[in-house]
Amino acid sequence: MATEILMPALSPTMEEGTLAKWLVKEGDTVTSGDVIAEIETDKATMEFEAVDEGIMGKILVAEGTEAVKVNTAIAVLIEEGESADDLAAPAPAAAPAAEAPAPATASAPATPVETVVPEDPEIPEGTEMRKTTVREALRDAMAEEMRSDDSVFLMGEEVAEYQGAYKVSQGLLDEFGARRVIDTPITEHGFAGLAAGAAMGGLRPVVEFMTFNFAMQAIDHIINTAAKTRYMSGGQMTCPIVFRGPNGAAARVGAQHSQDYAAWYAQIPGLHVAMPYSAADAKGLMKTAIRGDNPVVFLENELLYGQSFDVPVMDDFTVPFGKARIWREGSDVTIVSFGIGMTYALEAADKLAEDGISAEVIDLRTLRPLDTDTVIRSVMKTNRCVTVEEGWPVASIGNHISAVLMEQAFDYLDAPVLNMTGKDVPMPYAANLEKLALITTEEVIAAVKAVTYR
Amino acid sequence: MAARKSAKKPNTSKEELLGYYREMLLIRRFEEKAGQLYGMGLIGGFCHLYIGQEAVVVGLEAAAKEGDKRLTSYRDHGHMLACGMDPKGVMAELTGRSGGLSKGKGGSMHMFSKEAHFYGGHGIVGAQVPIGTGLAFADKYKENGGVTFTYFGDGAANQGQVYESFNMAALWQLPVIYVIENNQYAMGTAVKRASSMPDMFKRGESFSIPGEAVDGMDVLAVKEAGQKAADHCRAGKGPYILEMKTYRYRGHSMSDPAKYRTREEVQKMREDHDAIESVRALLLNGKHATEDDLKAIDKEIKAIVNDSAEFAKESPLPAVEELWTDIYA
Repeated sequence: MATEILMPALSPTMEEGTLAKWLVKEGDTVTSGDVIAEIETDKATMEFEAVDEGIMGKILVAEGTEAVKVNTAIAVLIEEGESADDLAAPAPAAAPAAEAPAPATASAPATPVETVVPEDPEIPEGTEMRKTTVREALRDAMAEEMRSDDSVFLMGEEVAEYQGAYKVSQGLLDEFGARRVIDTPITEHGFAGLAAGAAMGGLRPVVEFMTFNFAMQAIDHIINTAAKTRYMSGGQMTCPIVFRGPNGAAARVGAQHSQDYAAWYAQIPGLHVAMPYSAADAKGLMKTAIRGDNPVVFLENELLYGQSFDVPVMDDFTVPFGKARIWREGSDVTIVSFGIGMTYALEAADKLAEDGISAEVIDLRTLRPLDTDTVIRSVMKTNRCVTVEEGWPVASIGNHISAVLMEQAFDYLDAPVLNMTGKDVPMPYAANLEKLALITTEEVIAAVKAVTYR
Repeated sequence: MAARKSAKKPNTSKEELLGYYREMLLIRRFEEKAGQLYGMGLIGGFCHLYIGQEAVVVGLEAAAKEGDKRLTSYRDHGHMLACGMDPKGVMAELTGRSGGLSKGKGGSMHMFSKEAHFYGGHGIVGAQVPIGTGLAFADKYKENGGVTFTYFGDGAANQGQVYESFNMAALWQLPVIYVIENNQYAMGTAVKRASSMPDMFKRGESFSIPGEAVDGMDVLAVKEAGQKAADHCRAGKGPYILEMKTYRYRGHSMSDPAKYRTREEVQKMREDHDAIESVRALLLNGKHATEDDLKAIDKEIKAIVNDSAEFAKESPLPAVEELWTDIYA
C-alpha cells in the first residue's frame, strides 16, 4: 500500500517552504527516522525524517523547488513488490498524513493584498526601493545602529549563536561578536532588569523577548524601572532601552503564547510603544527607537516577519514616532489599525471598494505617542470610523480612539465608532475556535457596512 | 548575632576614625530629624530610616573608588549622604519640594545622582539587584574598572530576581558586590521565619560566588571586607557577596509599631553594639580625640542637619508645570 509523504509544517506559522534537498533517491529503502530531505523555511533549514517505512517509489517534487505548500504530496513510499508505475493515479487522500500536524492555515491571516505603499514625505522622490522582509528590515535597523554606536548591544534568549529564535538577529553575532550580541539564560525578569541597569549606566541595550508573552515575567522592570526612572529622578537619569520581540497571536500555540500587549504598554507614561506593520516602518521605527533616549516597547509580529515590503534604500532611513501613515485614501469611512491588524484593514478596504465603499486606512504605527490628529482629520472627512486590532475588547486601543473621537470630533460623527477586536476569551487551541477568536476581514467589512448604513 | 567588639586596626589613622564618626553621626542625626519632620507632617508617605545600620554604608564607601557606583532599596537616605549627596537636597526631596534631588517628584524612595554615581533609591523589593548587575555589565562593557555596590536587605534576598542576577553576574564575571544588609527583619518577619537557610552569605554558593559574613556594626570590619570584595571584582574575578550583620533600631517605616521584637532586644543592640559608640570609644580610649573634640563635631553635624531641615521647609513646592516634565527625553 503506497504512502504519500507530505510537505511538513515545521513551525506553527509555516505555510510553505523550499524543498532544498533530497537525501534519498527513488528505489532507496527508507526506515522510520531516516533523514530523507532538507526543508527550508523562512527561518531555518530543517532535516525531515521519515515516519513510515518502505521504498522510495516516486519523488513528486524535485529538490530546489520553492514555495511548496504545506501538505502537498512530495513523494510516495511503496511496499515490497509494489511498483512505482502503479501510482499513476494516486489515491486521493488515502494515505494518512504521517508527517507533522496539519498547517495552521485556519488562523493565519489573509495574504496581504498587493497594496501600493503611499508616498512618504520622509523618502525623497526617486529613491530606490528594495523588497525586504520585516525580519530583514529589523535586523538591518539593528545592524546599522550597532555600526554607528558602540554602546548599542543586543541581548536575549538565542539571539547570538542560534541566530534568533525567529531569525531576526541572523548574522549579527558574526558581524559584532559576543561582546555585543549576547545570549542570555532563560531569565526574563533578570535580564530585563540587568539591561535597564546597563541603560542607566550609559549603554543602549536592545532586549529581545523571544515573545512578549514571556515579558510578563519582566514587566516590573519595563514599567517600574525603565518607564519611571526619568520622572522619579527629576530628569537626571535616563533609561534608553528597546524591548522588542514578537507580540500577539502566532498560530495554534494556545492561550499562553497568543496575546496582544498593545493596549497594556500603551497605557504607561514614560514608555514609547511602536507596533509596525510594514518592513519600511519596522526598520525606520526601530532605528528611531534605538537612537532615542526613551525606553521603547517595540511590538513585532511573527506572522509578519516573513512578509515582504518595499524598503527605501537610504543611508539613514528613520521614521518618527507619533506619526500615523495613511495607507489608502478614501471618503466613506476611516479604518484605523496598526500592526497585523493592518492586514485585515487593507484587505477589507479592497473588498469594500468592489462594493463601492471608499475606505481610508490609517496605520497608527506608534501607540504612544499616538497620532490622534491624523485620525480626527480623517474622520472629519469620512464621518465614520472603524478600529481594527487583534487584542481584547476591554480597554483596547480602539476604545481609546473612540473616546478621543467622541471628545474631539463628536459633531463630525454620523455613526457610532465600532471597535473590531479579538474576542473576549483566552486563545483556544482548536483550529476552528482559534479562527473564531481572532478578528477577521469579514468582521471588518460588516462593521464598515454597519457604520455606512449599507 | 555574633558581633565582636571593634578592635582598632593598627593601620587606622586618627583622621580615618574621625571621618567615620562624623559620617555615621551625620546619617543618624539626619534620620532622627527626618523622623521628626515626618511626625510634624512635613514628610509624607513612606519613610524608612537607616538608624542603627550606619556602619555598613560608611565602611563600604571607604572601600569604594571614584567612579564606583552604588544603589539600594527604599531605605536609602544613609547611602546618599555617605556617597556625598547634599543633605539639603535629600531632605528637601523628603518634604517633596522643588529643591529636592528629584525636584520633589521622587520622594523618600526615589533619588538619584549622576555626579555621586548613586543609581537609586528603588521601591520594589529586590528590583535594584538586576539593575546593579546591569550597571556592572556596563562597566565591564566599557572596561572602565568600575565596581557596583548593590545593596539589598534580608527580605529582598528571597526574591527570584536576585538569583537570576547572581547567575548572570557569575556567568559573565561582572564586577558587582552584592551587599546583603541583614538587619534581622524583613518588615516584621524575622529572618528565621522567612529563610530556609538563614546564612545569607552562602546564597551564592551554587553560582560559585564567594561570600562572607561581616559584623556590620563594626565600621572597620566593614571597610576591610569591602576592600577585599572590591579587589576581587577589580581583578576580573566576578561578583562577591557580603552579608552585613546589622540591626535597625527603628521600625521598618515610620508607621511600624515594631511589635515583632522586644524593647529589650533593641536596647541590648544599642548598648552593646552601636557602631557610632564603638568608634567614639576608639577615639577616646586611643586618645585621638577629647570629649570636647567630639562635642564640636556633634555641634557641626547638628548645624548641617538643621540647615537641611530649614532648607527642606523653606524650599517651594514644585511648580505645577513640573507635573508634565521629565517624562520623555
